[in-house]
Parts: sequence; C-alpha cells; structure tokens
Amino acid sequence: MSAALETVGLQKRFGGIVATDDVSFRLEPGARHALIGPNGAGKTTFVNLLTGVLQPSAGTIRLHGEDISAMAPERRVKRGLVRTFQINQLFAGMTPLETLGVAVSERMGHGYEFWRPAGSKSVVIDEIVEIATRFKLADVLEERTASLPYGKQRLLEIALAFACQPRVLLLDEPAAGVPEAERHDLLATVAALPRDVSVLLIEHDMDLVFSFAERISVLVNGALFTEGTVSEIANDPRVRAVYLGESLDG
Amino acid sequence: MQGTPTETATRHLAETSRWKPLEFAFWLVAFGAIWLLPSHHLILNEIIITALFAMSLDLILGYAGIASLGHAAFFGFGAYFAGIFAIRVIGDPLTGLVLATLASGALGFITSFLVLRGVDLARLMVTLGVALVLGEIANKMTWLTGGADGLQGVVMGPVLGLFEFDLYGRTAYVYSLVVTFLLFLIARRIVVSPFGLSLRTIRDNPLRARAIGIPVNRRLIAVYTLAAAYAGAAGALLAQTTQFVSLDVIALHRSADVLLMLVIGGTGYLYGGFAGAIVFKVLQDVISNWTPQYWTFWIGLILVILVLIGRERMNHQVAVLWARLRGKPEPRPRTIVGGH
Repeated sequence: MSAALETVGLQKRFGGIVATDDVSFRLEPGARHALIGPNGAGKTTFVNLLTGVLQPSAGTIRLHGEDISAMAPERRVKRGLVRTFQINQLFAGMTPLETLGVAVSERMGHGYEFWRPAGSKSVVIDEIVEIATRFKLADVLEERTASLPYGKQRLLEIALAFACQPRVLLLDEPAAGVPEAERHDLLATVAALPRDVSVLLIEHDMDLVFSFAERISVLVNGALFTEGTVSEIANDPRVRAVYLGESLDG
Repeated sequence: MQGTPTETATRHLAETSRWKPLEFAFWLVAFGAIWLLPSHHLILNEIIITALFAMSLDLILGYAGIASLGHAAFFGFGAYFAGIFAIRVIGDPLTGLVLATLASGALGFITSFLVLRGVDLARLMVTLGVALVLGEIANKMTWLTGGADGLQGVVMGPVLGLFEFDLYGRTAYVYSLVVTFLLFLIARRIVVSPFGLSLRTIRDNPLRARAIGIPVNRRLIAVYTLAAAYAGAAGALLAQTTQFVSLDVIALHRSADVLLMLVIGGTGYLYGGFAGAIVFKVLQDVISNWTPQYWTFWIGLILVILVLIGRERMNHQVAVLWARLRGKPEPRPRTIVGGH
C-alpha cells in the first residue's frame, strides 16, 4: 500500500543555505504523525515544499503514489493535500458562512459559476452547517471573521482546511496562541478528525504532540534526525539533547 | 423566528444578494432624472459614464484587490475604438458599443498577464506603464487617432435606428443610463455568485485562497478582463455621446481621478463608483463655478481629510447617529475591509 504522503530525497537550498536536507519521509494512510524540531529546524520550509508554495531543488513528493512535485498549490488541494497555518490566514471581511461556502463550492467545482447567487445550492449549505457544527462555529456563522474571538478564528482556520475535504491534512501548530480556556475545544476537535484523514501535525507544544500523535519525526537543521513511536522518541536521549532538553531548560 | 441552522444560513446568504430599498431609490432617481432634470442631461451623461468607469475599477479593486493606476487605458481604448469604428465602418451606436466592449476586454485579457506579476506597487507601476504606452501610441498614430488634435468627424447614427442624438444630451443620457444599468445588473449578479465570493477571498488573502484550492491567477485574469470590458464600454459611450475623442480619455489624470472617486465613494459594494462620480463631478461643477482656478485645491483637501479620518469611521459615525435617531442599538464598529 502506497503512503498517503511520501517524500524522497527532498531538498531545498536558498543560495548556500540548505533549508531542507535530503528528507525522505513517509506518512501512512490514517496516520496521526507529528513533526517536531527546534526553532529554525526547517519545519515551515518542509510544509511549504509539500504544499507547493516553494519548489524543491531536488527530490520528489508523492501523494497517494502520484508525483505532485511540480504541481501548482491549488491543484494539490484538489488532490486532497490541505494545510492550516500557524498564523491565522483567514478572510477578515467575510463571515465564516461565506468562508466555508467558498471552500465547499470550490471543491464541488462551482468556482466559475457567476450567474447564480451563492447559497442557492442546498448541498453546499448543508455541508457548511455540518462543518460549522463539527467545529463549534454554528453560533457565529453570520459574524464577521475579523470580530470573532481568537479561539473561534483558530477553529475556523482548521474548519476551512477541513471544508476542502482533505485526504492528507497538515496542521501547522494548531494550538499556537490559543488561550488555555479555549484549548480544550480545539484539542477535542483535532482528536475527533475522522480516521480516513491522514494527519501530519507540526507542533511545538509537547502536551499536544504526546496526546495526539502515534508516531513522531524529529527535524534538525533541515534533515530528518530520527523517527519513532511516541515512547521511543520521548525516551531517546539524543532527542532530549537537541530538542526536549532545550525546551525543558528554556 | 430562528429556524434550523440551515434555514438561517440560507437566509443570510440570500440576504446579501437581495436588493435593498436604497438601491431601488437610487435607480428610480437616476431614471427619474430623464424627466425631472431636462436641463442637466449633458452633465448627467458625463456623470453616469464616469460612474460606469469607476464601477469597472471597483470590480478589480474592491472585489479582487488589484490597485490600478492605469485603468484609463481601457477607457481610452474603448473610446478610440468606438470613435474610429463610427468614422471608418458604420455609425450605428450599439454595434460600435458591443465591439468596443469586446475589444477592450481582449486588451484587458492580454495585459492581465502583466498584472499577475508582483503585488501592489508593482501592479500600480505596470498598469500605469500600460496606460502610458497606449497613450503615446494614440498620440503618434495621427493618421488613425488624430493625435493631439483629437479624433474629428465622428458622426453617430440614431440609437436602435430610432433616437437621434440631440444637442441637449437627452438621448445621450438615456442611452448611457440604460447601458450602465444593464451592465450594473450583470455586475451585481456576478459579485454575489460563487465566482464573486471567490474573488473576495483573493482580495482578503490570496495566500489562503490558493491554499483552499482557488486558482487565483485564473480568477484574476477573468475579473481583469471583465473590468477592462466595462471600462471600454464607458469609453465607447463617451466617444459616441460626445462624438469626439481626445488624448484626454487615456491620460494619467483620468486613471487617478477614477481611483479618487472610488476612495470617496468606497470600494467593494459597486455603488462606490456611482457615489464617488456624483460627488466628484458635482464638486467639480460647483467649486469651479465658484473659483475656477482652485478646484483641485479643494478636491485635494477633501481627499486628504477622507483618507486621514477614514471613511469607515465616518460611515460608522453616521450609522451610530442613524441608529440613535431611530432608537435602535448602536452598530458595532467595523474595521477596514481588506485594507482599502
């Protein structure tokens, strides 16, 4: 069975700097996999390569066996590779209703329909409401995104990716900046994601990593340092030295 | 009555596309002016054409976030196309209008690929550059455009073969108004469609729009082409109703003026261009009657005040006042949408 997402010898150079160094990585179907690493380890570059924001200098990326290395970002999304952002990337002037509506109707191929008012297809509306309920956004659907509390914006960030019907979901520090009170909602939502979605979690927060992930990969200086189960990584002295030790001390 | 979430959502989405009472009032007044303001048809014609031009810029600025300092390129192209077409081929206004609109759209499609490169400042410069190049071409091709003397000898036939253009601008105004209204209806339908919504996501956050699978570049090409066609239609209307085209139609100040009108009237709701054009033209008329040399001084001052105070804030003050007068709860302040 082919991996949900796989990179082979992936490399990215910026001039003399190697930001991603020969990374060969496998994300199994249905995985709950975390990618950790100290600041500047190249996690963001890696995600940008996967999603197509950056072009790799060498290596290939495969999504369910298909080579997507040269594919435009929006086409990767249509193939089911979707990400969320560490810093909210939302549509400030629109409501969650409109935001989710755009994503759902785009996915269904209605993006070029210019002669029909948005919201006239009940399939789309039903799905918006279903996603909003799942992500606890049903009560704020008609408010402007910019005026939502931060925790709700964070949920919308993930809901929006979910509305693209991902087969592989890249969660980039979903809990970043979320106050303690709203954290629980968010974690519960992340944990309740359906099992047919393979998830790669890029995270700093060790509580979240250990409670969510089944496997962990550690990225250091752009290269894959080690990989293993949660307990293997937690008990690996080298990982403690480069990463956990650092965060425990600091 | 609340209803299920689905019903509420459907109602809210339907609300954005429903016509508001003020909109009916606006068009009623615009059409009423045919009979109520017979001595002002010439200026009304000029206003409605400028408004259509401003609306075309709103389509790209207000809905897709493309700032342009050279939108007069398409206005001017449409004007010259319609003028030259009338002289060399046939004087029928509608034929000329349709062809000028399509030709301007084609020009917009071709130049859209330049606009896709880069963001705000680069776009301002590219659009400015395209307009400058076209302006100079119009200046040099004297045999075709009349160059600095302007395009002379445009003679238009009657609209639909029935309505001759008259000295008082009555036919001109009715013709321009009807065309503008039809184009407005189309634009209004487009901006509330799934396509229109996807444009707004691009305006608010192109990075995320791409990340949810929206082909950003293709959408921008589509709306840029549409806006160019609309600008070309406005230019064609001006050429046909004034039966004259000068280099002024493509000049930098025309691009700047129309941007100014949108700043005055507001972007992203289609009426900003109309409000801006009316305020701009009426101010121009009133102030230049009062002090002919210094009218740009006043319009400049108004612009500075508008931008410094912020129209959103002023709108909010008006909304608060309005709510107080009617004894309703005060609306919440709105932050500036998309930075425009």
